[in-house]
Amino acid sequence: MRRKTKLPGGVEEQTGRSWPRNVVAMMMRMKARMSLPRGREEEQPIRRKEAKPRTVMRRTVMWGKERRERREEGRKERRRKKKRRPRVRRTPLNSLTVVYAGFDSVCPFLPSSSDSNSNSSEEEESMSEGEMARLMEEVEEKKKLIANIRNKPWRMQRRLKLLKEAQEFVDKFEGALGKGKGRKWYAYKVMMTKKWIKFQRDFENFRTACIPWERKIKEVESHFGSSVASYFIFLRWMYGMNLVLFGFTFGLVVIPEVLMGLPYGSIPRKTVPRAEQDTAQDYSVLMDFNGYCKYSVLFYGYYNDQRTVGVLKFRLPLSYLMVGIGTFGYSLMLVIRTMAKNADVGGGDGEDSDFTFAWKMFTSWDYLIGNAETADNKYASITTSFKESIVDEQENQKDENIHLRRFLRVLANFLITCSLGGSGYLIYFVVKRSQEFATRDDLSWYEKNEMEIVMSLLGLVCPPLFETIAELEDYHPRIALKWQLGRIFALFLGNLYTFLFALFDEVNTKLEEEQSIKNASIWAMKEYYANYSRLMNDSEATPPPMDPADVIRGPCWETAVGIEFVKLTVSDIQVSYLTILIGDFARAVIVRFLNYCWCWDLEAGFPSYGEFDISGNVLGLVFNQGMIWMGAFYAPGLVGINVLRLLSSMYYQCWAVMATNVPHERVFKASKSNNFYMGLLLLVLFLSLLPVVYTIMTLPPSFDCGPFSGKDKMFDIIMETIDLDLPAFMGTLFSYAANPGLIIPAVLLMVLAIYYLNSVSEAYQNSNMELKKKMKMARDEEKNRRNNADTTNQVMKDLEDLLPNRSLIPPAPPEPEKPPEQEPKPKPTKTKPGTAGKGVNLQKDVALASSNPNARGPVSRPPGPRGPGPGPGAGPGRGRGRGPPPR
Amino acid sequence: MILHRCVIVSILCKFRLHLKGFVIMCSAIKPSIQSICFSHAVFLSLQDCTFFTRKEILRLHGRYHELAPHLVPMDYTNEPDCKIPLALIVNMPELKENPFRNRIVESFSEDGMGNLSFNEFVDMFSVLSEMAPRELKAIYAFKIYDFNVDNYLCKEDLEKTLNKLTKEELTPEEVELVCEKTIEEADLDGDHKLSFADFENMISRAPDFLSTFHIRI
Repeated sequence: MRRKTKLPGGVEEQTGRSWPRNVVAMMMRMKARMSLPRGREEEQPIRRKEAKPRTVMRRTVMWGKERRERREEGRKERRRKKKRRPRVRRTPLNSLTVVYAGFDSVCPFLPSSSDSNSNSSEEEESMSEGEMARLMEEVEEKKKLIANIRNKPWRMQRRLKLLKEAQEFVDKFEGALGKGKGRKWYAYKVMMTKKWIKFQRDFENFRTACIPWERKIKEVESHFGSSVASYFIFLRWMYGMNLVLFGFTFGLVVIPEVLMGLPYGSIPRKTVPRAEQDTAQDYSVLMDFNGYCKYSVLFYGYYNDQRTVGVLKFRLPLSYLMVGIGTFGYSLMLVIRTMAKNADVGGGDGEDSDFTFAWKMFTSWDYLIGNAETADNKYASITTSFKESIVDEQENQKDENIHLRRFLRVLANFLITCSLGGSGYLIYFVVKRSQEFATRDDLSWYEKNEMEIVMSLLGLVCPPLFETIAELEDYHPRIALKWQLGRIFALFLGNLYTFLFALFDEVNTKLEEEQSIKNASIWAMKEYYANYSRLMNDSEATPPPMDPADVIRGPCWETAVGIEFVKLTVSDIQVSYLTILIGDFARAVIVRFLNYCWCWDLEAGFPSYGEFDISGNVLGLVFNQGMIWMGAFYAPGLVGINVLRLLSSMYYQCWAVMATNVPHERVFKASKSNNFYMGLLLLVLFLSLLPVVYTIMTLPPSFDCGPFSGKDKMFDIIMETIDLDLPAFMGTLFSYAANPGLIIPAVLLMVLAIYYLNSVSEAYQNSNMELKKKMKMARDEEKNRRNNADTTNQVMKDLEDLLPNRSLIPPAPPEPEKPPEQEPKPKPTKTKPGTAGKGVNLQKDVALASSNPNARGPVSRPPGPRGPGPGPGAGPGRGRGRGPPPR
Repeated sequence: MILHRCVIVSILCKFRLHLKGFVIMCSAIKPSIQSICFSHAVFLSLQDCTFFTRKEILRLHGRYHELAPHLVPMDYTNEPDCKIPLALIVNMPELKENPFRNRIVESFSEDGMGNLSFNEFVDMFSVLSEMAPRELKAIYAFKIYDFNVDNYLCKEDLEKTLNKLTKEELTPEEVELVCEKTIEEADLDGDHKLSFADFENMISRAPDFLSTFHIRI
């Protein structure tokens, strides 16, 4: 063993023959160990699973530790050497000397010589560095195999056998490689990764388990197809959003006011006026949200304008405004995010059309199903979805008289425009009349409620009318649904905005009233005090405060608006629930039971059972939500009412649809993502944002009710907070920020950013389209080429013949091969991994297996005498990662 | 009267406590009893070869034993050579409702007839577990849908698949149309049947293949 190494100390030093006795003994033992016959390896302790990829043969504990230290030393040494490699004269080194070289550096005083007599015994078991690298590669290979064996499409027997061999191999030789450093840390890391993955999976399971009504919706889906289910999914999404809004409103506004604000009856705005007190608890009054309802936390007017409430100094007015704005902000963000996500999903599998039937065929059965009823539903839904696709397919191939079709469509649109205009005029007329009625007192019940009744009636009559007219057009059901939605949307929008204008009129008259009432109120207060001091004849005595019930109140238009919205919402709930009860349930009952004694078949004939009206329900939901958004600022309790409504609606409609409705005759699939619904929602959100923001920004709040009373504008509360609560420099900062000179550039910048992002997204879209087109082209080309191979270029054909043809390779062990495979007893026969790859012809497996035979050679036998190792010159370039060394 | 009730309640509570203790004891004892039935080495190699943990393997063994208590010994230390026939396996609740149950079991059995040894049984659920990668699942899905075991999905296979999926509720024309379309969509090499390459190409892009092709056991 000759080796010259410059150690940092500069002492030239050679590794020696007279090592301490125990080292030599160790070497011998190691040698014995490494040349063990195969059979003995089985006795080795089984490795721990976590440490799998790096396990090391468990040596006897006695010297394991020492070895590890030494190995580390050795590695350091090697590293040092590598740096210096060009200068060092290289001799064939053996791995063990490398391992033990470190030991010498620890004991530099050992005598050493280049002609050691222990050479012969070492060289027997030593390996050249090339072999070492090969071995290392081999071990890595095996480790990879062990890690991946579960992913191989092999029979279990074979897998077990290969695994055993690989493990034996790794156990046997990894010890020699000195890779054990940081093993524990590594094992720990592996374990933690596993745990983390497991935790993630559990969390994911938990999260999906938390999504409510999954089974209900699945049930509906299996009966009625995805379009009806999409309504319920939308409803659920809406419920989630409202729950968050409810949390904000109640957590930050209502509950602080209830807990920390002044109690009922303490101040005028929290007290029912004396004139109303007699009837304040009547049912009819309460149902109109007057009386006690009006003077409760449900409405704007109840809130006090104290800057802070309670011991926590909670800034209620500020919080009120912030929640009002935050409601819109959150909703906007959520809707847009959902839309973006849906669009993303839509873009992800845009090739939907390529594999519609194939995917349906091979991925629609849910292997998780283990319940007979669910399975039946699944069969039904799969059949439905196949029918949907078939309809789609046939729709594509349809070809008929286009002129008639066009004429009919124009006619239909004309009719619908007419009915829309008619309904608009009707509403206008009714609103005018109601303003006229407002000045009178002797109103009948009908005259009082005329507007609501007409609007509800329109909502009931128009959609079916539209649907009937739409029959003329004969669109594909999915497109027809969109048209229908658009038309009903226009109708509802007309109604809503007419309602809003009527409301604004009312607000304006109230605002005019307010000034005079304010004066009257102040005057009454003064008079009260004057009277008091005059009656008592004692100007010194402080008079007791006026009874809050007697104070003259302003009209408080905010509460009035809030009440209008709450009333509208409640009547909407009533109407929709009654419609279901009568229009669906009663109809179903009549059809079902009168059928026994009727002259024609009721079930198949005229009335039949109802179909689930998707468009109407979706729009009802969307407009209801618009109402909530508009009203929530003036009636914080509205969100709570809405949450209850959605919750009950979920159960009620699920029941109704399952019990009383029949699937659509032409089943069709809802568009992939319900972005259309989301688009409607976004539009409604924007439309409902306008009036609220307008009132917040321009109208003065009432002088004697609500959290902003006494301010000029509602947003003054923010100014006040900035002035009083934030440090002074923040105020100046804000005043700078509010400077037009800063705002205009900021707006410009934003516009630019929008423009830039828009163009970028357009570019991406273009390239996306381009890629898709290319992919499609490639596919078509491939198809064509295969279909008529003779027309293609001969060179191309030859080239292709040279390629390994994957499609010809059977994917898995072909069945005929099985019986012979099975015949030998499952006793582990010695099969070399190299040959084992035969059964499976997958390319990867072949690749894996074929790399084995030549790589396995040098290490399937115990390391013998050093082979023709690489000469000194070959040394520097050799290392891991090179191909198999020459043999 | 009240005293009486109190006594009853306390007795009930005690009884419940006892019951709880008993259950805990049982659950503590159970694995130790069960773990005897495998040698440690078998465990480790099974764990390496499948996606299961030790506990799951034990549970699987329990299920396997349950299927045919007279055939399968509880003690698996010396790896007895026994197989359970197809008829028994497809009656497992996990497979019972599956329209492809026979094919699943057949494709995992070494003899192709549906007799599964324990190792194959574990293998089957390992491939169908949610941890198995897409490629592996695709291979076995291909085998499952290949009814006539010729390594191609030809039209008969597709028809069988479709009829099993829809309980034969589609008309023959519809079945014909669907099969035509399927082949047209997925067939790349124009031989009017799907080879594995076609199938893999198609299935690798399917959005819900992974979520549906799995059985939780």
